[in-house]
Amino acid sequence: MSTLLELANVTKTFSVGGLFDRSKVEAVKGAGFTLDDARPEIFTIVGESGSGKTTIARMILGNESPTSGTIRFMGEDVAGLRSRRQRLAFMARVQPIFQNPFEAFNPLTTLDYYLYATARRFLQVDKAEADEAMDRALGHVGLSLAEVKGRYSHELSGGQLQRIAVARALIPGPKLIVADEPVSMVDASLRMSIVNLFRTLRDELGVSIIYITHDLATAYYISDRVIIMHRGDIVEAGDAKAVLDHPNHAYSLALKNAVLPPDPVAARKALEMRRSVSSAA
Amino acid sequence: MLHLAESQPRTDTETVLSVENLKAYYQMNYFGVSREVRAVDDVTLAIRRNEIYGIAGESSSGKSTLIKTIAGAIQPPLRVVSGSVTFNFAGKPLDVYGAPEAMKDARWRHLSYIMQGSMNVLNPVRRVKHAFHDFAFAHMGLANTAFWGRVREHLKRLGLDPRVLDSYPHQLSGGMRQRLTIALATVCEPEFIIADEPTTALDVLVQQDVLALIKDVQQRMGSSIIFVTHDMTVHAAIADRIGIVYAGRLVEEGPTEDVFAKPQHPYTVHLISSLPRLGDVTRRKALPGKPPNLSDPPAACRFHPRCPLAVDRCRTENPPLVPRASGRVACWRAGEAEVS
Repeated sequence: MSTLLELANVTKTFSVGGLFDRSKVEAVKGAGFTLDDARPEIFTIVGESGSGKTTIARMILGNESPTSGTIRFMGEDVAGLRSRRQRLAFMARVQPIFQNPFEAFNPLTTLDYYLYATARRFLQVDKAEADEAMDRALGHVGLSLAEVKGRYSHELSGGQLQRIAVARALIPGPKLIVADEPVSMVDASLRMSIVNLFRTLRDELGVSIIYITHDLATAYYISDRVIIMHRGDIVEAGDAKAVLDHPNHAYSLALKNAVLPPDPVAARKALEMRRSVSSAA
Repeated sequence: MLHLAESQPRTDTETVLSVENLKAYYQMNYFGVSREVRAVDDVTLAIRRNEIYGIAGESSSGKSTLIKTIAGAIQPPLRVVSGSVTFNFAGKPLDVYGAPEAMKDARWRHLSYIMQGSMNVLNPVRRVKHAFHDFAFAHMGLANTAFWGRVREHLKRLGLDPRVLDSYPHQLSGGMRQRLTIALATVCEPEFIIADEPTTALDVLVQQDVLALIKDVQQRMGSSIIFVTHDMTVHAAIADRIGIVYAGRLVEEGPTEDVFAKPQHPYTVHLISSLPRLGDVTRRKALPGKPPNLSDPPAACRFHPRCPLAVDRCRTENPPLVPRASGRVACWRAGEAEVS
């Protein structure tokens, strides 16, 4: 058994404030988990804004370095990647998908150029081979190069753009995709197409996915394992079904209760409960 | 927190807003090329007093244009091509496009708006109290001290500390700011509130608090609310009736329970069956295809290219919105699709 990604006791502290009123914020406190190379999975990080989930994502991608603790990707310390060649090799294997597809694409360049830049940078191939790689990647997300060529980001819907963002991430053939709130800016009706896509990637391409969200309903739907974060701490971790069916920590329970059921009678009851709780407080 | 007993009994069958055959198009003419985007195409609906009416639909389905047109807040290239929007405030009918002066008086006093991006509503370099002064002072007709007394009392009733008036927007959390925009929209106790995706950008926990607050305020004041969001679970929790908008047209309307229990239109069926549920991991289908381009919408029924039930008639004849069961639906094959 080899490990794909290993976080050991990772802590990240930010200092905030000016010269005289400096204080420290612990965004992530002693986080640790491992992903297995042989068994691709969808690993979900759940938490509200400010819980440190995005900081973890940024550290895994190498955009931030941990204050203490280590992050190892396939045995290599992510913070120790110094040379350009090492960085490129790492980025080819770990790819991000961002929250807002409308901001992720440059509105003034065509979408295929964006894909082409990724292909050329990571694969070091000529135009024809790059086209082939782009078409293959777009095929995995249910699109084709012919559909995308020459289009600008404003011509497509959020769901389609997010699928193209996934295709872009697939071009270098990554082992791990870090998706930070990939569906929160996408319409509810198109959300499932992205979420189902992650399942397909895991099953057919063997890509592991770190899925970051505050939406427990989709987390339950696709995750294999889940960790729940609250103010920088991992409060609960384990098999997704087990954790979400029987949450032990008070915060996980509160999160679970905040999920509105898609049924008017139950949803209203949930809202009534919330109202009586807030009026008592 | 709030007392329901304060609300006066009112006749709930009275119509507060009636929209008839409303058509609003974006008409553009650049370099000799004219383009027409039919964002609201022949919408007819009526909203009763003391009711929350949910409007659901994906982005670019024209739901924001619909509420802009209802609020009379349109600017070129958007034009109202035909149809009418009539409010009924304090027993007096008010034609939005017939009486601009009366509309100006009614704004905020009778008709207010809860916006999505709370950061865009509150000026980042001015204290929150200035927003209250700017929005509400002229419409309340009160002297200075009485006005601030009312504002403070209102904030207290909404569970906000009146001291927030002296803070800047960046000092408050997202949920707090959204609650402030609700306070801002309801301080004049309007009869009609338009809420445009007020909970979309919020975390789940905060979202529920905000929904509870909107429901509380609505029940206390007996106002009517148009609640726009693409999230069907929010509609399930808060709306009394739902209207489903697809490509600029109202395709289905009915009481929330009935729409969820027995949706008639295939698009509604898809919206409801694609919702993920806790405790259920059966694979949910995503709708094939993409939202239609409103400057060149599909002929006849606009849903037919993505519809699993489409027949030849759907491609040649546009289905009218007709009464069916407890609501209305526009589909030739209404009631045939099943929720999976």
